[in-house]
Amino acid sequence: MIAVRNLFKTFWQPHRVDALVDVSLSIAAGEVVVVIGPSGSGKSTLLRCLNRLETADAGHVFIDGVDVLDPKTDINRVRAEVGMVFQSFNLFPHKKVLDNITLAQRVVRRRSKAEALRKAEALLAKVGMPEKAASYPDQLSGGQQQRVAIARALAMDPKVMLFDEPTSALDPEMIGEVLEVMKALAREGMTMVCVTHEMGFAREVADRVVFMDGGAIVETGTPEHFFVNPEHGRTKLFLSQILK
Amino acid sequence: MRTPSAPPVSRRPRSDYIGAAGFFAVLFGLAAALYAATMQVDYVWRWNRIPQYFAYQQRTELRAEADGEIEAVAARGDRRLITVKSDAGVHLFDAPAEGVRVAPGESVYAGDLLAVEEHWRPGLLMQGLWLTIQVSLIATLFGVVIGLFAGIARVAKNPFFRWSALTYVELIRGSPLLVQIFIWYFVLGTLFNSILAKNGLNQIPPLWYGVAAMATFAGAYVAEIVRAGIQSIHRGQNEAARSLGMSYPQAMIHVILPQAIRRILPPLAGEFVSLIKDSSLLGIIAIRELTKATREIVTVSLQAFEMWFICALLYLILTFSLSLCVKYLERRMVV
Ligand SMILES: Nc1ncnc2c1ncn2[C@@H]1O[C@H](COP(=O)(O)OP(=O)(O)OP(=O)(O)O)[C@@H](O)[C@H]1O
Ligand SMILES: [Mg+2]
Repeated sequence: MIAVRNLFKTFWQPHRVDALVDVSLSIAAGEVVVVIGPSGSGKSTLLRCLNRLETADAGHVFIDGVDVLDPKTDINRVRAEVGMVFQSFNLFPHKKVLDNITLAQRVVRRRSKAEALRKAEALLAKVGMPEKAASYPDQLSGGQQQRVAIARALAMDPKVMLFDEPTSALDPEMIGEVLEVMKALAREGMTMVCVTHEMGFAREVADRVVFMDGGAIVETGTPEHFFVNPEHGRTKLFLSQILK
Repeated sequence: MRTPSAPPVSRRPRSDYIGAAGFFAVLFGLAAALYAATMQVDYVWRWNRIPQYFAYQQRTELRAEADGEIEAVAARGDRRLITVKSDAGVHLFDAPAEGVRVAPGESVYAGDLLAVEEHWRPGLLMQGLWLTIQVSLIATLFGVVIGLFAGIARVAKNPFFRWSALTYVELIRGSPLLVQIFIWYFVLGTLFNSILAKNGLNQIPPLWYGVAAMATFAGAYVAEIVRAGIQSIHRGQNEAARSLGMSYPQAMIHVILPQAIRRILPPLAGEFVSLIKDSSLLGIIAIRELTKATREIVTVSLQAFEMWFICALLYLILTFSLSLCVKYLERRMVV
């Protein structure tokens, strides 16, 4: 489904940072991969390279066999198949919840108004807030906004969903509602790559956990492997800090 | 004993009244001083002469062309059709009912007054005001279009667009509007019109060079306003739109610009207030807008003091009503 081959990415501004150093990773269809690692370890950069929000310097990314980094690839078509959920939600504040979910269906998928609406309403019900269709994003709580953002991404019928710390900006009491939606999605067989520090979530639904540090993948394995006997010292240190 | 529950009286602090009184005293004092000064130089204020420059009544007289007889005065709504029969034939005159000076059966001689018609005509001041409004509106319209494209080009990835827009903006903002008007009229205008003349085509009147100068001038400032507006929208908005598969133009049109417009509107209004005022420079290339019209009236009437005050007041009315319009729009756009 997703194949990352020897990916490199260096930022030069404001000073040199090697954000990705020779990263390779394969993700099968239906797999749920959780990416963990300390701040600045390149987790977001990796995720953003998958849909070319960030352009890698060297290496390859294949999604469903399509070479994402090839300049001849129609990146908008790739992105339509790859949903992304951001830490800061990034809902469109000038549009109502329902219109947030229908917009890309209309302009990218060219669906009819009725079809887009039907889809949007079904997804709003799925994320548990059908009554908020006519609200504006800033009238919702953080947890509700993030669920709308997930619905917005799902409306494109993506093959893959990328989550970049979807619960980090939320108050603790709202984290659960977002994780529930993500778990349901995982159970339905969605291919997911999640950057998150929610270890409960990782333990429950992840097929694989990837630990990154300093722009490289240090260790990867099943959740059991990670939480029972991680190999690397850095992994142990990180886990002991985060599980405290 | 007094009841303790007297209704609370909201009292303005004394200093408010003193301040307000002071304000009006100074205002009145200045007006009085001005009046006194004009008395010193024997200036005669003649406000009664001013209205004619807003509108005046034009009188047209209908006169018989040959000796003859009034055959009929037929009613047509509130107008009358006068039929004059003479050796030269039958002539018809159309006049308002209240202006008819003859009756059927009367005989008339050549040159006799048949009817008068009085029309209200806009005075020079009104014509100038109207031209100022027109020029400002058209220049605004083109200015917004130019500015929108140039502003979007300013934030484009492609260096061709980015550098072209930057060059345009810096060129325009780096020289006085007056000079730009001269260039448009005396350089570009001469070139265009000579080429047109060579090819047997009609000349473009100065008005359009003036409008072009104003529009390109406003466009550069609008471009900067648009650029700032676009850049004020959080990067995450663009990323969210693009991650859904929208193209750059789609993200611009559906996500970025609608949000940017709200931030663009207030400074844009300020820009167009300036544009209205700057249009007063167009007089120098023989466009008779409000300021030029005022100057012409001053030359004829010699009522310089009244005219210049009126002129300033008219600009004030224009700019103030524009500000009100924009305030209204802004309030409607807040969700
Ligand atoms: N646009 C950018 N310009 C410059 N440097 C960047 C940029 N984006 C990321 N970096 C740098 O690259 C490194 C990796 O960043 P990244 O955001 O991928 O880390 P992360 O693992 O997601 O961290 P966090 O947990 O804090 O989100 C960091 O040192 C960061 O400062
Ligand atoms: Mg991150």
